[in-house]
Amino acid sequence: MSSGWFLAVSALVFGIGAIGVLTRRNPLLVLVSLELMLNAGNLALITFARMHNAAEGHIFAMVVMVVAAAEVAIGLGIVVALYRNRVAVDVDELRELRG
Amino acid sequence: MDEILFFLFGPLAVLAALGAVALRNPFYAVLSLVLHLLSLSMLFLLLYAQFVAVVQVMVYVGAVMVLYVFVNAYVGGTTNADGSVNTPQGGNGPSLRLLSYGIAALLAITVGIAVLGTGLQAIDDQSSSVSAEFGSPSQIGELLLTRFLLPFEGASFLLLVAAVGAVVLARRRGGVLPDEDRMIAASELMAPIGVASMREGVGAINTNPGARSVTLGSSSDAPSGPGSSSGSGPGTPSAPDAPTTGDPASRGEQADDRRRDREDDAPNDAPPSEDAPPADVRNPGFDPPTPAPSDEVPPTGASPEDGRDDKDAR
Repeated sequence: MSSGWFLAVSALVFGIGAIGVLTRRNPLLVLVSLELMLNAGNLALITFARMHNAAEGHIFAMVVMVVAAAEVAIGLGIVVALYRNRVAVDVDELRELRG
Repeated sequence: MDEILFFLFGPLAVLAALGAVALRNPFYAVLSLVLHLLSLSMLFLLLYAQFVAVVQVMVYVGAVMVLYVFVNAYVGGTTNADGSVNTPQGGNGPSLRLLSYGIAALLAITVGIAVLGTGLQAIDDQSSSVSAEFGSPSQIGELLLTRFLLPFEGASFLLLVAAVGAVVLARRRGGVLPDEDRMIAASELMAPIGVASMREGVGAINTNPGARSVTLGSSSDAPSGPGSSSGSGPGTPSAPDAPTTGDPASRGEQADDRRRDREDDAPNDAPPSEDAPPADVRNPGFDPPTPAPSDEVPPTGASPEDGRDDKDAR
């Protein structure tokens, strides 16, 4: 089983996630697409770890998971705060950082 | 066997990713992302990353996706007034959308060339010998606690900061909105005031005794007489018939209340929260949504203005 297949899947998923980040306007779906991109990076890291037979890539992947979890917590907190303040939950409509 | 599993779960991962991006309903998109993550954990297993695969299922599918689903249900989708699901189109016509597709395709091609083309001919085949403990929890744990100890501690600190930041972002500022209908659960009446419960912290429990007696019906606004009990304000959906129909009964309750105030011990049928804290313990930043009786202690601060000042100052 060649590593190239895994890397091809990773690149495809990364591109799909980029499409989602660029085209969706619901911030929840933007976060979902960001998850896709992070997981594509994870898959590439795990594949390279397998290629080099070194488990350090697994550590990198787990750090990426931690960062993704923190990003999701903050991002969903922002979505909830937007919903509370009766702002339109739409990325294009958000122009103010003032609470 | 590896090929079978890969060509089963690799295209499934790609298709689920497409679904997560393309589906209109955010709930379905999140569920499609769950499918993508599950198939990705299968790919991790194919790459001998057992521990990361299990962590992927537990952390992502078990925790993060639950968070997504909860927030999705809380925000409730963006539906228009006529009930149709709001599907926002591209802001300035289809040209920007096409441009974004082109950018994403270029990005995928670039990443594909970068990860596929560079030096992969030399090391294309995976090293055939995989040691037995490759990717096992013991190896991961040893690496985490020896060589990558500083990133490990930094990750824990990052998670702590993220948790505190999420609570600060999503907390409710300024208590209950003035025009909001409040529903009093029965368990709130049983809990004593001042126990610093979560609902009390966000102002859901009104600790102003006068206003709370109004929301409870006419049971304890004794000193203000029947006039104020009949005109008990707009926010009394809990006991609408008590002031109008049972005026003698309410008088009896008021007498009961006076006696209770004199003797300073509550009978068992009264809610135990009635006789706890007077004016000094109550939440100072809470504005009662219903007008308090006149000779009770007047409400202190107007909390929505307080919250707005707080936000403006920030």
